[in-house]
Amino acid sequence: MTAATTGAPFEPHQYLHAQTRWRRSEYAFWVATLLPFVLFPSYLQLASQIAITALFALSLDLILGYAGIVSLGHAAFFGLGAYAAGIISVYGWGEPLSGLVFAAAVAGLAGYAMSFIIARFRHLALIMITLGLGLLLHEAANSASWLTGGADGLQGIRIGTLLGFRFDLYGRTAYAYSLIVLFLAFLVARRIIHSPFGLSLRGIRENPVRMPAVGAASAAHIRKIYTIAAVMAGIAGAVLAQSTSTVSLEVLSFQRSADVLVILILGGAGRLYGGIIGAIIYMVARDQFSGINPQYWYFWIGLLLVAVVVLLPNGILGGLARLKSAWGGRWR
Amino acid sequence: MTGFFGLLFDGFAYGMLLFLLSVGLSVTLRMMNFINLAHCSFGMLGGYVTVTLLDRLGWPFFATLPVAFLAGAAASFVLEGLLFRRFYRASELDQCLATIGVVFMSVAAAAYIYGTVQQPVELPSYLHGSVVYLGINFAVYRLFLVAVAVLIALVLVATLEWTRFGAQVRAAVDNQRMARGLGINVDRAFAVTFALGSGLAGLGGALAIAMVGLDPNFAFTYLIWVLIVVSVGGLASIGGSFAAAMLLGISDMAGKYYVPALGSFLIYLLMVGLLMWRPAGLFGKR
Repeated sequence: MTAATTGAPFEPHQYLHAQTRWRRSEYAFWVATLLPFVLFPSYLQLASQIAITALFALSLDLILGYAGIVSLGHAAFFGLGAYAAGIISVYGWGEPLSGLVFAAAVAGLAGYAMSFIIARFRHLALIMITLGLGLLLHEAANSASWLTGGADGLQGIRIGTLLGFRFDLYGRTAYAYSLIVLFLAFLVARRIIHSPFGLSLRGIRENPVRMPAVGAASAAHIRKIYTIAAVMAGIAGAVLAQSTSTVSLEVLSFQRSADVLVILILGGAGRLYGGIIGAIIYMVARDQFSGINPQYWYFWIGLLLVAVVVLLPNGILGGLARLKSAWGGRWR
Repeated sequence: MTGFFGLLFDGFAYGMLLFLLSVGLSVTLRMMNFINLAHCSFGMLGGYVTVTLLDRLGWPFFATLPVAFLAGAAASFVLEGLLFRRFYRASELDQCLATIGVVFMSVAAAAYIYGTVQQPVELPSYLHGSVVYLGINFAVYRLFLVAVAVLIALVLVATLEWTRFGAQVRAAVDNQRMARGLGINVDRAFAVTFALGSGLAGLGGALAIAMVGLDPNFAFTYLIWVLIVVSVGGLASIGGSFAAAMLLGISDMAGKYYVPALGSFLIYLLMVGLLMWRPAGLFGKR
């Protein structure tokens, strides 16, 4: 490790620089994401779902893991993005990339509007308001069936080709598309959290009273990161809508908000790869256990959640890091 | 006009159900700052206990109600000692996650044992039918529900105001550290309050079956309602919970009757609006 952890004198920019350097394990990880093309060509649809979920979890990580904003309604932006991408294609604009931009803009605008509310509250009121706004949007989509198809789901989605590639049955295009989008969003997130802005977000998480006292524009920072997270969640939703050509009310449900929270906590909140690792484990496990009734599947999720909170407060990645430092300490 | 009053009464009865389900959470949340999202799981437990005793073992309806209360109280007492106690000083997020894990498990367990279908419940004949007074139709069961809820509210207020235990609870709610300093066993008072509140939820769950039905999603569906009541009414205020539950029950019934197209939209809007206006709730002290 570098100067930052060994306690040698260092300058702030050195610390930031050391943090931004790519590690070998990171290269290995991203190369490994290409393996499904070769090793599991029949599981590419699942791989694409994992990449989308990972992107969604990454967006939640930005606000929850880094800025400490607990949200029980993050599916609102995922759903907005999915519906925006779906609806624009129903009205004849099926080109995916511009549809993605449109969906991101819709989710971003909604996120920006909501961020003014979010920045004002904390604690229980904040949790309740995020929950309430999520439910509100779910009900609105349910009621506005002329636009969204209501409980039947959106009908007549027609997605065009992606730069000449059709979304095939095997999910080859879908996985390539969602993986590239995930990687680009990851680069953005990585850049953000290692910037001075990212550091002040962590400051807000650690002590929301002290940050304004030292002159940080806390409310403005929260608004900014919340909007960015909303854009990212919207993109995740749009990719799902485009790669599967279906949008149902489920994208806005409380269940989805809860699921993504579980995934992030499982992997480790406040760690860049937490959401991605969590998504891989969660989705693969769900796929493997899909034979059992989904109602029962939630028993194990619940048990896992309690176990993670009690035994691994920082998720799987946090546990691994602790293991690694204990092991390193013994052998150093 | 009588239709309107009938609606008002139905909403009021529904509100009383919400009051029973939520009043315990309102007190325990303020006392330990512990966000217990599993509160409605105890309500669901009470509901299933009543269904089992009534339908499979043939107990009379009234005999099942105390058992539903005891089941909720006992289950929460055990869980509090084993699990929840660790989280009193944890972050809100950890509290939410651990308790929502319990909700997931309870929902899956209920689905495993009883299936996902609505549970039927056979009420005794004297709770059937309705009485007409001043041209308004009062369903007997709803009258019974209102009577139970009002009685419990009065007992709760009296207990809190005039007993030694009530004084300890009030002290712990107002200032936990000071109460500890004065030698009050806050942990024990909390455990008892927690059990009592969950017992009331169990009773509420048992009484809810005949009005709103019972399926494994009960713990989730009513969790949201209970949270709305608690956050709108303000914490640790029995009067606040009562008023908020009443307001919510009536506006939900009225909303569904007059503008059915909007569904629950109005309720959520009301909740978000009220929370933004007064984050500590209508009657909150904070």
